[in-house]
Amino acid sequence: MSLDLGATRRDMLIVEDLKKYFPVRSGLLQRVTAWVKAVDGVSFTIREGETFGLVGESGCGKTTVGRTILRLLPANGGRVFFDGEDLFALGRGEMKSMRRNMQIVFQDPYSSLDPRMPVGETISEGMMIHGIGTAQERTETVADLLKTVGMNPYHARRYPHEFSGGQRQRIGIARALALRPRFIVCDEPVSALDVSVQSAVLNLLRGLQSQFGLTYLFIAHNLSVVEHISDRVGVMYLGKMVEVTTREAIFRNPLHPYTQALLSAIPMPDPKFKRQRIVLTGDVPSPLNPPSGCRFHPRCPRVMDICKTVDPAFEQKQSDHWVACHLYSASAAEQTAPSAP
Amino acid sequence: MTTAAQSVTLKGLAQEEKTESQARIIFRRFRRHRLAVISLILVSLIFLVSLLAPVLTPFERDAIDLSSKSRPGPPGTIDMEGRTHYLGVDHLGRDLFTRVLYAARVSMSIAVLVVLISETFGALVGAIAGYYGGLVDLAISRVIEFMLTIPSLPLLLILSAIFLRSDTVLPLPGFLSRFLSALLLAPEREVQKVVMLVLVLVFFGWLSAARLMRGMALSLSKQDFVEALRAAGASDARIIFRHIIPNGIAPILVSASLALGGVIVTESALSFLGLGVQDPTPTWGNMLATSQSYMFQHPWLPLVPGVFLVIVSIGFNFIGDGLRDALDPRLKR
Amino acid sequence: MNNTAPPGSEPNILLDVKDLKTYFYTEDGVVQAVNGVDFAIREGQVMGLVGESGCGKSVTSLSIMRLLGGSGKIVEGEVWLRDRNLATLPEEEMVKLRGGALSMIFQQPTSCLNPIFRVGDQVAEVLIQHQGMTKEQAWNRAVEMLARVGIPDAGRRAKSFPHEISGGQAQRVMIAMALSCLPDLLIADEPTTALDVTIQAQILELMRRMQTEMGTTILLITHDLGVIAEMCDHVAVMYAGLIVEYTDVNTLFEDPLHPYTEGLMAAIPVLGDVRDSLAVIPGTVPDLINLPPGCKFAPRCPYAREVCSQEAPPLIEAKPGHKVRCWILHPQTSAQWAGYTKTDWRFTGEEVFAQPAAATGGTDVS
Repeated sequence: MSLDLGATRRDMLIVEDLKKYFPVRSGLLQRVTAWVKAVDGVSFTIREGETFGLVGESGCGKTTVGRTILRLLPANGGRVFFDGEDLFALGRGEMKSMRRNMQIVFQDPYSSLDPRMPVGETISEGMMIHGIGTAQERTETVADLLKTVGMNPYHARRYPHEFSGGQRQRIGIARALALRPRFIVCDEPVSALDVSVQSAVLNLLRGLQSQFGLTYLFIAHNLSVVEHISDRVGVMYLGKMVEVTTREAIFRNPLHPYTQALLSAIPMPDPKFKRQRIVLTGDVPSPLNPPSGCRFHPRCPRVMDICKTVDPAFEQKQSDHWVACHLYSASAAEQTAPSAP
Repeated sequence: MTTAAQSVTLKGLAQEEKTESQARIIFRRFRRHRLAVISLILVSLIFLVSLLAPVLTPFERDAIDLSSKSRPGPPGTIDMEGRTHYLGVDHLGRDLFTRVLYAARVSMSIAVLVVLISETFGALVGAIAGYYGGLVDLAISRVIEFMLTIPSLPLLLILSAIFLRSDTVLPLPGFLSRFLSALLLAPEREVQKVVMLVLVLVFFGWLSAARLMRGMALSLSKQDFVEALRAAGASDARIIFRHIIPNGIAPILVSASLALGGVIVTESALSFLGLGVQDPTPTWGNMLATSQSYMFQHPWLPLVPGVFLVIVSIGFNFIGDGLRDALDPRLKR
Repeated sequence: MNNTAPPGSEPNILLDVKDLKTYFYTEDGVVQAVNGVDFAIREGQVMGLVGESGCGKSVTSLSIMRLLGGSGKIVEGEVWLRDRNLATLPEEEMVKLRGGALSMIFQQPTSCLNPIFRVGDQVAEVLIQHQGMTKEQAWNRAVEMLARVGIPDAGRRAKSFPHEISGGQAQRVMIAMALSCLPDLLIADEPTTALDVTIQAQILELMRRMQTEMGTTILLITHDLGVIAEMCDHVAVMYAGLIVEYTDVNTLFEDPLHPYTEGLMAAIPVLGDVRDSLAVIPGTVPDLINLPPGCKFAPRCPYAREVCSQEAPPLIEAKPGHKVRCWILHPQTSAQWAGYTKTDWRFTGEEVFAQPAAATGGTDVS
């Protein structure tokens, strides 16, 4: 239990220049005619025991990042290190045992459980796959896990359709915990839930983190939720990471214009709250045909000439604060000094 | 230990209720479909009676009653020993009731065998195509589509003409051919033909099951629970056999029960055309075939096997309907 | 705009819903989706209906539109649109109203557009049907409307098919279609839930602009208290088919009276306000087929007393212009709660159930 915060934390997961392209096939022979660059060179680090929040709008590639890290989807480039081991270099058997360390919790509480299997079996199946324990021991573990997530041991015999959305999400969390992982990808775990249920699940995830010393990659589109749960936050736009920093910095001092717009777009539950809203024009472009240069430039309120041609590098600008934007790059600012705001 | 949880007691929020197993729910829902229940009883009864045929009728299957005055003889013909042929005798003087019962044994056994083999094979192929997708799916789907474009009856005729008329001997294990021979009450040489016929019918029979399972597998494999299994390190075989197939089996069961009726009819058609199981081993089809020359003078001859054929194939259709309703996960009770 | 006059007492009321009850007759039993809903909207107002899934807010709007499908039925109550009671209006009259005086936008804009017609034609169709325009007039007006809802290059965009436009654009088209006949009332059922945050901001901005420009009265249905705070003048909070609290937006957020509203507000994570753990409303939403007797929220309410599970509280005006359905605030029973303290809603979640003797009791997560 290392609860000391800050710089002493060890890097647990290092993602380097991760790429995932989906082929677009057409014609009789299903030839690949184009590539959707869902994730196009994303790098970040997750430290042991922290929650890394990954936010972005639909289609930005955040879910694909989560699945590619776990090798549920084959990557097209880049490397992922877990505890110093290159995940993409592992053989089948090695990867299978590595899976015990890293699990996933899904968004949709309805499709994430096998409808024809009692939930107890669903939870224990991972242990069966890895040959952990006897049948008796597994049953006991399932009962313990159900209690851990705030349910009852007798629930193990029931089928998914007998549970509410929130309860199913708890079952999904119990399944992820069954292999005693150290790292869990939480892929929008609360976005399908109602407000009153959502807060209970968020509290549960936090409690489990301190109980088991878990590390989370928390993927979500709701910034308020991400702020609540994360230690550090990464913001994605159209397959690229645009900003990574601590929770405090992202919400107090966002550097990237997209992050700024995203934050100002959230409706606040306070009718007296007044602010200058940055309303972005236009839609998110298709990742099939992303804009040249900085991918955000067609919608950016602070666009400069250089943005249209040069893709900004993802660089550290302040302590623990990375951003991909020409506004903060000295050379670009010089080039376009007169027009820069 | 993040928060000091306030422990409150709230009354009446949840109690343990008894849960019904899936099978019980399905059975209960099936029972509500009255026609399906009646059909199930009727079809089972026919099959049971056909198994008990030796006990139920005093006549041998192929015994020719030389005493009968008219051949074919109408229902109620009484022979010299005073035994009544309740459904009459055929053109050779064989008891029709006896033969129609034995025929049920052959026809229904063939149907069950064909459906069992083809649905199992189809489900497996379909699950593989749907689960793996990509080129595997492309190849399997094209084969299925190609085979669906071939008109099946002419090809069945050709296939059965090649295989059933020739004397090719299938390398059947002894116990299997002995078992079938006992079940069908036919000589082992005839069993060879039955097996051939079954294989010929399976050749086209697996297509619809494969298509159904492919569709199910395609959507199931995109569901998060399959992703969760892969994240836990489950093998493809485990996912396919323990998760994809059990989840996709409901429509297969329905199509299987519908197919049973269809196979009986197809088998009858082949036998009718002289390409199926041959006389003296009776099937409803070859009974119809032999009666065709007499059907205008002696209409009960085709009617007897015909009525059974109709009852059983409609029965299977109703059972299929009932199963479809019972297995529909959208209906709760 | 936000003066705290008691809702329903003004003469210029556009829509007055009185004791509306809508049930669905299903195989499993009677679903009491809406179980007594009263509210009124004045002309030019934005009224919000907020609640969690299954609380009956969408069914309320569909009841007003009379779009309940085969199994749903308005069993009681009146829906007055000015001088006409929509609950009993013949279907032919309703057909004329829908898309004309009454219009609606939905959560999934792309599924509301017919995929085989150009979006311009679909907007024009409404005009041809309700305003008797010629084809050409209608097309020109449609393009004009599309431009007004902020669709760039509207003349060309009008010729595109629904699959060629994004979700945000589709919602703009829906708004253009809904507003093209200058409706008296626009019902917006979760209009931004399916959209991304930045697009949601655009659509909310558009709705606000159209409302001020055209003076349309809006009934906005949402689960998002943030959207309510930004858009509405008056708010009704729904729970299990009932309105539990009904007041103007400022009062609701400053002084929520009903325990459910209180819990709901405590449960949402608010940007810039990081807490160790979030508030939780224990338990789950009741089954609408087997509703509990008494107050529907009582099984989850930390303040519940005996009276709550025995008798259902009426909707009373607890403070001027602030209606609430709770025994705590009812003059007859409020004495029972004298000196009670408010909870901080720090429950550990669903696991705090009182279990039957045999099962293990409340296990703690932390």
